[in-house]
Amino acid sequence: MDHKERIRREESGLRNEVAYFGVFTALALIFSYVETLIPISFGVPGVKIGLANLVVVIALYKIALKEAYLLSVVRVLLAGFLFGNYFSIIYSLAGALLSLTVMAVLKKAGGFSIIGVSIAGGVFHNIGQLFVAMLVVETFRVAYYVPVLLIAGLLTGCVIGILSQEMLRRLTHWRVDG
Amino acid sequence: MKLELKKFHLKEKIDLQKKDWVLIAIIIFVAGLAFLMHHFIGGKGAGCVTVKVEGEIQGVYSLAEDQVIEINDGTNILEIRNGTADVTGADCPDKLCVNQKAISKNGESIICLPNKVVVTVDSSENSEFDAVAQ
Repeated sequence: MDHKERIRREESGLRNEVAYFGVFTALALIFSYVETLIPISFGVPGVKIGLANLVVVIALYKIALKEAYLLSVVRVLLAGFLFGNYFSIIYSLAGALLSLTVMAVLKKAGGFSIIGVSIAGGVFHNIGQLFVAMLVVETFRVAYYVPVLLIAGLLTGCVIGILSQEMLRRLTHWRVDG
Repeated sequence: MKLELKKFHLKEKIDLQKKDWVLIAIIIFVAGLAFLMHHFIGGKGAGCVTVKVEGEIQGVYSLAEDQVIEINDGTNILEIRNGTADVTGADCPDKLCVNQKAISKNGESIICLPNKVVVTVDSSENSEFDAVAQ
């Protein structure tokens, strides 16, 4: 790498993708931890804001999709081993992967703002978890929660979307050099 | 010196596209539909609760009779009182099933995921729906 190239990369912001991936993972993990400290109960078991999804949404818009997937999986595994259990890992993983896939599709389809993408992410996070719950307990009775989970996903996704939008506005000069 | 405060414009913060609104409308519509479906098909006049462990029926108990049932050799305790069923004890760490409200309406359920226990209110009147739903 010659001198000019190095300067160009330095000016553009990030030089070390791996280091930044580590920072993102740590941030997502911290958000997962902070969330376990918030004693807010929405009256329905399993509903939470999903602060860690903020990092995933930012990663989706700022880093490549592949890294966003990796970040999502690593975050779920680490948070699951630290704060959850075997079951919470399976539910989180199903929710996180479905959510990220839907968000990536909507982002690629175009026409959706980051808030819309995040709302879809929040809703499908819940749907993914509900689907696994149906498989585990071998009953469709959990469909009883569908309306609550849809609205909860809509609201939390909206909050995360607004936060992501504000963050991205302040990170305009920031991008990862692949 | 004049002090100017920048107003916080929430409308500017949330600039939703047309497709976003369509998405939100669809989600609310589906949620409303699911709610109505449950409300009307779920119906009233519940008669008994079915206890399932790992998808297999362990027992059917009447809601009319006050009783305490140990599910799965005591991993979960089910209490039936005044026509409602409530899980009052569980050996799982998160206790989500214990924190859930007591159930009484047809189709309502309490689920303990770690122990794979499902407690559902059933009534014999709309068994057709139950067969489909299973």
